[in-house]
Amino acid sequence: MSAQPVRPPHHNWYVLGNYALLIILAFVFVFPIVFMVVSSLKPDLQLLRDTSSLNAFLPIGDISLNNYTAAFERAPIGTFIFNSVVVTTVTVVVGLVINSMAAYSFAVLRWRGKNTILSIVIATFIIPFEAIAIPLLLIVNSLPWIGADGIQIGWLNSLHVQIIPFLVSAFQIFLFYQFFRDLPTELVEAARIDGASLFQIYYRVIVPISGPVFATAAILRFLDMWNQYLWPLMVVQSERYRPVMVGLQYFFQLDIAWGEVMAYLSLVTIPVLILYLSLQRAFISSIATTGIKG
Amino acid sequence: MQSKIRFVFAVLAVMLVLVGGISAQEPTTLSMWYHGAGNEVERTILLGIIEDFNASQSDWVISLEEFPQISYNESVTAAAVAGNLPDIIDVDGPVMPGWAWAGYLAPLSLPEGTLDNFLPGAIGMWDDQVYSVGLWDAAVAVFARRSVLEANGIRIPTLDEPWTGEEFDAALVTLQETGEFEYAFDPGMAWTGEWYPYAFSPLLQSFGADLIDRSTYLTAENVLNGEAAVAWGEWWQSLFARGLAPLTQDGADRDTGFIDGRYALQWNGNWAALAALEAFGDDLLFLPAPDFGGGSTIGAASWQFGVSASSEHQDGANAFIAFALQDEYLAAFSNGIGLIPATSTAAAMTENYAPGGALEIFFELSLQQAVLRPPTPAYANIALAFEKAAADIANGADVQDALDEAVDTIDADIEANNGYGFGG
Repeated sequence: MSAQPVRPPHHNWYVLGNYALLIILAFVFVFPIVFMVVSSLKPDLQLLRDTSSLNAFLPIGDISLNNYTAAFERAPIGTFIFNSVVVTTVTVVVGLVINSMAAYSFAVLRWRGKNTILSIVIATFIIPFEAIAIPLLLIVNSLPWIGADGIQIGWLNSLHVQIIPFLVSAFQIFLFYQFFRDLPTELVEAARIDGASLFQIYYRVIVPISGPVFATAAILRFLDMWNQYLWPLMVVQSERYRPVMVGLQYFFQLDIAWGEVMAYLSLVTIPVLILYLSLQRAFISSIATTGIKG
Repeated sequence: MQSKIRFVFAVLAVMLVLVGGISAQEPTTLSMWYHGAGNEVERTILLGIIEDFNASQSDWVISLEEFPQISYNESVTAAAVAGNLPDIIDVDGPVMPGWAWAGYLAPLSLPEGTLDNFLPGAIGMWDDQVYSVGLWDAAVAVFARRSVLEANGIRIPTLDEPWTGEEFDAALVTLQETGEFEYAFDPGMAWTGEWYPYAFSPLLQSFGADLIDRSTYLTAENVLNGEAAVAWGEWWQSLFARGLAPLTQDGADRDTGFIDGRYALQWNGNWAALAALEAFGDDLLFLPAPDFGGGSTIGAASWQFGVSASSEHQDGANAFIAFALQDEYLAAFSNGIGLIPATSTAAAMTENYAPGGALEIFFELSLQQAVLRPPTPAYANIALAFEKAAADIANGADVQDALDEAVDTIDADIEANNGYGFGG
C-alpha cells in the first residue's frame, strides 16, 4: 500500500479561501433572483420597507400569491409569453441552421471572395441596431406577405416581423466560424474521400461535434430575442403580438406595483433559467474552447 | 290597371332596396390609441365611454388599442414614420406641439363652446389652434403635516398667501434643525425624465426665469441663464449642499419617505395625495408652491386626445372627442384614477374635488397657478437640457456653466430646425 501524498499545510486554507470566494460570488449572483422571487410574494408596502434590511431576501411577513393573481389580471401575460416563446424559438432554431451553414461555408469551403465577404459580415458588428432600426422599419413596412387574408403589403403587427429580420446574425456566423475553423481538417477530408456531399459533411460530421458552440449560440440568441424591446415597440401596435419585455411596461403606472413587477419578472425569467440550466454544461465547454466570454 | 300595380310594386321594390342598402351600411371603424395599458380602472372607464359613443350613433365605431405609457411616444413616432397612425391619438400635453409641428396631428373641430369651462392646462394649443384636449389635469403641491408646522411655529400658507421664498427656506432650515427628520424636504429626486421640467421648472419660473423666451420661442438666452435663473440654480444647489434635501433617492423611498416620517415636507402630485391622506387624515396639508418673487406657480397639462392628420375620418374622430368631454366622463375618470377633472362642473360631481372635498385645493391650484410648459416643438429637447442642468447643479456643477450649456443645447436645436416654425 502506497503512502498518501502529504499536502502542504497551506493547501487547506487555499481551498477554503477559494470556496469562500466562490460562495460570496454565488450569493452576489443569486441574491437578485432570490430578492425578485421573495418580493413577488409580498404586498407593495412591505416589499418597499423590507428593502432597507435583510428581510428583503426572506419570505416573511404577509406572504401570498396575490401579486401573481393581480399581474395576470393587469396584463395578458399568457399572450406575451406565448409570443416571446414563438418568436424566440423560431429565431433561435432557424437561425442556428442558417448561421452555422454560413459559417461552415466560410470556414470549410473554398470559394472566391470568401474572405472579403467574411470581413464585410464581421464589419457589420460595429453598426448598432438603433442605427438601422428606422430603415429596417420602412423596409418591412413595404414588403408583401401572404397571410390568411391573401397578399398584403407591410409586415407590421405580426410575429414574423419580429422573427425574419433577426434570423441572420453576424455575431453567430462569427462564433460558428471560429469554432469550425479550429476543427481538425482531417475529418472533413476523410468525409470527402468517402464521397460525402457538402451538406452531408455539414450535417453528419460538423454538426455532431459542435454541440458546445451550438449551445452557446442558442443561449446568447435566446437572451437577445427574449429581451427584445425596441424593435417590437416600433413594429407591433397590437397587444395580440406583444412580447414579454414590452409587456413588462404594463406594470409601470404612476404608482408602480412593485410586487406585480416582481411576479411578472419571476414568470418571464423561468424560461431563461430553464434553458440556461439545461445547456449549462455545453455552454461552459464552449466558452472554454472558443474563448468567447459571454 | 295591372301596369299601375306593377309600377307601384316597382317603386316599392326600389325604395326597399334603397332603404335596405342604407340600413345595411356598416358603421366606419375608427382606430384609437391610448397610453393606459395595464391600468384596469382607466381601461374600464374608457371602454365605457366608447361603448356609450358606439351606441349613441350609427356612423362610427371606435376600436381601442392600448399601449404602455412609458413607451407610448416611441410607438407613435415609429407608427408615424411607417404611415400607420390611428384616427384618434392620445398625446401628452407638452409633447403635443411637437407632434402637431411634425404633421402627426390635425387641429380639432369641436362644437362652439365645448371648451368654455375647461381648465387651461387641459387645452392643447399650437399655432393659435386647439389640437388636443384632456379630460383631466394634474397638479403638484407641498405635502405637509399641520401638527409638524404648528409645533415648529411655521406659518401655514394659503392659496392667496403662499410662503415667500425666504419663508419656505427658513421653514426648511427650522424643520431640519429639529433632528426629527432625515431631510426637511423631498423634492422627488428618485423621479427623472419629465418630472424635472414638470415639477422643478415652476420653481425656476417663480424666480423670474423660464425655460425659453416665450416672446419669440427662438432662444433661451438670458432667460434660462440670466440672473434670475442663476439665483434659482444657487438656491436649488444649496438645498442639497445644506443637507435639506436628499440628492439621491430610490423609488421606494420616494413612495414611503414622507408617509414614514423621514421627510417633513414633500413636493408631490395629486396622484399621491390619497395615500398620504390615508396615512395622516386631517393632519395632512396640501400647500401651494412658495413664491420666490415671480409668483406661486405649478406645472400643467396631462394626457389629452387629438386627431391624426392622416385620418380619413376626422369628422368621426372629432365627434368621439366631443362626446368624451361630457362632465360625467370627466368625473368618472377623476373618481377612478384620482386626477383633476377638467371642468368645475365635473369637479362638483366627484368625491374628492367637489367643494369641501379632500383634494379640492388641487383644482384651485390648477385653475389659478398652472403655467404650461413651453408650447413649442422644441420642448422635448428643452426638457432634456433642463433635466441635465438641474441634475448637474444639484450635484455641485457651476450654476452658470450648467445653465449656459443648457441654453446652448436648446438654441442649437432650435436653429437646426429653423425655429420650429417660429420667427417667420
